[in-house]
Amino acid sequence: MAGTLQFDLVSPERRLASMAAVEVQIPGAEGDLTAMEGHAPVLVGLRPGILRASGAQGASAYVVTGGFAEISASGVSVLAEMAVPLAEATAEMVDKLLAEAAKAPADAAGKDAADKTLADLTALKAALAAH
Amino acid sequence: MPSLKDLKNRIGSVKNTRKITKAMQMVSAAKLRRAQDAAEAARPYAERMTAVMAGLAASVGTSNNAPRLLAGSGADKVHLMVIMTSERGLCGGFNTTIVRLARAKVAELTAAGKTVKILTVGKKGREQMRREYGHLFVGHVDLTEVKRVGYANARDIARDVVARFDAGECDVVTLYYNRFQSVISQIPTAQQVIPAKFEGAAPVAASYDYEPTEDQILADLLPRAVATQVFTALLENAASEQGARMSAMDNATRNAGDMINKMTIVYNRSRQAAITKELIEIISGAEAL
Repeated sequence: MAGTLQFDLVSPERRLASMAAVEVQIPGAEGDLTAMEGHAPVLVGLRPGILRASGAQGASAYVVTGGFAEISASGVSVLAEMAVPLAEATAEMVDKLLAEAAKAPADAAGKDAADKTLADLTALKAALAAH
Repeated sequence: MPSLKDLKNRIGSVKNTRKITKAMQMVSAAKLRRAQDAAEAARPYAERMTAVMAGLAASVGTSNNAPRLLAGSGADKVHLMVIMTSERGLCGGFNTTIVRLARAKVAELTAAGKTVKILTVGKKGREQMRREYGHLFVGHVDLTEVKRVGYANARDIARDVVARFDAGECDVVTLYYNRFQSVISQIPTAQQVIPAKFEGAAPVAASYDYEPTEDQILADLLPRAVATQVFTALLENAASEQGARMSAMDNATRNAGDMINKMTIVYNRSRQAAITKELIEIISGAEAL
């Protein structure tokens, strides 16, 4: 059995998870990564996606959008702008976010970022549908 | 001397008022509990955010190319005050205490030769400040339609504030709100958000790797930190408002009770006097015969 690390998932409105996890899969801005015990300290931006954590009490999954994850010696803290357990997430929620993202005015500099967000959200919707 | 009928009407009206204040007190108690829960639930996020920010500030804050949100614009000329008050009245000294603190601060800053701009959240504070400082207003956030403040509200306010800062409209941003301590005590607080200020113990400056890049992370993180502080302030304010209203309504209910007792005594006494007077009239009439 691998060692565990403290995993916290908080959104501005509530704390969703706080447990000892063996591994945490984080949808990082530049690709997924998995944090395990002894990971080097990293600050990672999040992209809209699915975050999975598995530990002694079993696995759990959450849909997160925006925010960042802090991996340090003491554990992983994910501070998401919005986070919901995967079971509660619906396609409508993603649709709403999509509509919001499409509405956001994108100047030349923000165009790439806005396109990426749209693509990420679309991918998230597909993943949810497959779920 | 009011007539018996007048007294009776008056007692009835005070009784009705007491019913209303009692109901408002109970509503506030329920809302207070919800507001407290919300403030409680938001605490872990704010704490983590502050910890991360403090760590970041310790590692990059001292360098010359530190982000402006962290280090400030280098000037201290224009102060933007975000004054958060309630949308409704009947909550005791809640709004007045914030406005009093803000007023003192405006006077102090103006005396020091600084420019002051005011952004109001909640219409009660706006009404109180308008006469004296109306010319300093630069904006207003209306939360009348919002039943429960959410993170989205805080984000919108923070975006507005950060945009003003980026446009060079202000150098220092301070939030004014009531910190909730207990039902009977709320502390008007001024909290500086830009440039960022962290209180408390010196953080452990861990050397992080950044993904994507440090600049991008910081550019994303700093506005978020402002939003988090605004959100915390809004929630504290909401809890304080309900607490203040609850104790104000409790006082009102008690006062109404006292008033009813006093008036009932006067009513009974004058009724007795009227009866006695009538008896005396009858008896002396009978004796005269």
